[in-house]
Amino acid sequence: MAEGPPLLEVQNLIVRYPVWGGILRHKVGEVRAVDDVSFTIEQSETLGLVGESGCGKTTVAKAISHILRETAPGVQMSGKILLNVGGQQINLLELSRREMRPYRSHVQMIFQDPFSSLNPRMTVQEIVERPLKVHTDQSRLQRQNTVKDLLERVGLQPEYAMRYPHEFSGGQRQRIGIARALAVRPKLIIADEPVSALDVSVQSQVINLLQDLQKEFGLTYIFVAHDLSVIYHISDRIAVMYLGDMVEQGDADTLYNQPMHPYTRALLSAVPQPDPSRKKEDRIKLVGEIPSPIDKPSGCSFHPRCPIAKESCSIETPPLEKKENGVAAACPFT
Amino acid sequence: MATAETSIQEPDYVNSPPTLQVRDLVVSFKVENDFPRAVDGISFDLYPNEVLGIVGESGSGKSVTSLAIMRLIPDPPGKIAEGSIKLRGQELLDISYEEMRDVRGNEIAMIFQEPMTALNPVFTVGMQVMETIRTHENVSKDEARKRAIEMLTRVGIPDAAKRLKEYPHQFSGGMRQRAMIAMALVCHPKILIADEPTTALDVTTQAQILDLMLELKQKEEGASIILITHDLAVVAETCHRVVVMYGGKVQEVATVEKLFARPLHPYTKGLLASLPSTHEKKDRLYTIPGNVPSILQMPEGCRFCTRCSEVIDRCHTEEPKLHDIGNGRKVRCHLLEEGING
Repeated sequence: MAEGPPLLEVQNLIVRYPVWGGILRHKVGEVRAVDDVSFTIEQSETLGLVGESGCGKTTVAKAISHILRETAPGVQMSGKILLNVGGQQINLLELSRREMRPYRSHVQMIFQDPFSSLNPRMTVQEIVERPLKVHTDQSRLQRQNTVKDLLERVGLQPEYAMRYPHEFSGGQRQRIGIARALAVRPKLIIADEPVSALDVSVQSQVINLLQDLQKEFGLTYIFVAHDLSVIYHISDRIAVMYLGDMVEQGDADTLYNQPMHPYTRALLSAVPQPDPSRKKEDRIKLVGEIPSPIDKPSGCSFHPRCPIAKESCSIETPPLEKKENGVAAACPFT
Repeated sequence: MATAETSIQEPDYVNSPPTLQVRDLVVSFKVENDFPRAVDGISFDLYPNEVLGIVGESGSGKSVTSLAIMRLIPDPPGKIAEGSIKLRGQELLDISYEEMRDVRGNEIAMIFQEPMTALNPVFTVGMQVMETIRTHENVSKDEARKRAIEMLTRVGIPDAAKRLKEYPHQFSGGMRQRAMIAMALVCHPKILIADEPTTALDVTTQAQILDLMLELKQKEEGASIILITHDLAVVAETCHRVVVMYGGKVQEVATVEKLFARPLHPYTKGLLASLPSTHEKKDRLYTIPGNVPSILQMPEGCRFCTRCSEVIDRCHTEEPKLHDIGNGRKVRCHLLEEGING
């Protein structure tokens, strides 16, 4: 792990979406999509962010990359997102859209759907050189060469630069998205479900590519996914979210071998294994469904489904506390 | 979950004849002036009490196979060009459209990946379950409602009498899939075809839905499931036997135990090796090079020859046979003849 301050520190991040209702579409309530979440990411490491739908993992990713304000009007955010670059510490959350511009090149995103995240009317050349136009003063010719190099680096033929996205398969499109993210030499890449839309045989190609690029350019990744095997494979550290709360975080190996939060335990035991001899009876079964974040349960948000819940769980919100094995879990009973 | 009073019903491959026999099925789709085959001569059997997995990536023909069994291939542009599909000896491809309607729901039912698009958004869930009952059986509205409530309760929808009046958008993803299963099973079909039933669901919900499907199958004497999926881990946990498809052809057939212990086809080997695991951290994942070819550009010879790591000269020119190597195991690969693999 690299020396120096962590690349990114997220402190007490709270994100609230307004809920609109009524005939005049006034605000009738709010959803705390991310509820007091803190974590840090060291230089050149991969943090895996896992959880089921509605847990707030994508919201965290979007808040860091500053695209939440553009896509969700009326969203309220508090806390700190501190980026340490070039000896400076900047709170990304305080920056306006204009102030963010010079820092955008440090934080880039790769998206889930390789079909909707590439503009169908732009050629691959135009797509990949777009960030170069905005963030650098490279000449036309320089940009063309950079794009060629990038395409080669992500495993596409440079001749493909003049083609349009529809001419490519899902895996190839994801490579184009990766080339675009790499163009401005970012420090941090936030990958939101980058392989979940791909076929199994193509998925491993893209995962390997991301790992190779990390080594080559010293990249730091926040890898958001719901697939627990993919997350384990790629991450150094893992953070587990449930209904907007951070329930557990720690070193990937320890967290997977000795999960401390009952939700993490249930989640890991529900993952199907490619091993027909495994006994399914050992599985921890969760009853019921993930509640809607609009009416989040009181106290520990997991208590209505928790197999070891006690009375106090519905009253007190447990803080993340460090356990003996080094992971931090928000459960006082493990 | 097997409890003491329900005996586990296992498939009997020796004494009972197969419920469903698919032979040399060919399905083609008209594309401009060409008729590429999405499914190209596939054969398999489904036995009573069996859970059969059909595994493949996009474009392998797995979903087209299931639609062909239901005779739901959109025609035109699609067409079941050749082959035979027999349900307990009766040829499904010869019967009239009206007779086929009786087979669907009563004999063979299907559930789909995306329950939101499979359910009708403008009717309540209750109306849709009741419609299924009243289409197939001559019962009164009240009786149908009673049966619908009973069925929704069985699939684990709490407060079914109230939720009967709700619309699909008021259900969560897992609940919609439960409602789909209720609709599919309400007339006690002998075969349930589940096409990626849990792909759109979260992990913990996926485990619940798979358990529910298996539990309901156990309660129905002689019922079987065809599970179509891309997820090998789901297959390992739920199926008895697996059919691996690639490029519209069956590449390997085996029991799950044999397939996962010792895959024989290079494609199956590659797929299993490229899976990340939650137990051991591999330095690097194995990859199958290249992309899944489109049905318009299938290579000559073996369909997998352009991506195979063990390819030999013959593979580019000559299509391998599906070799039967005993114990119900079949592999489509030249290497078996060459004696390198078998």
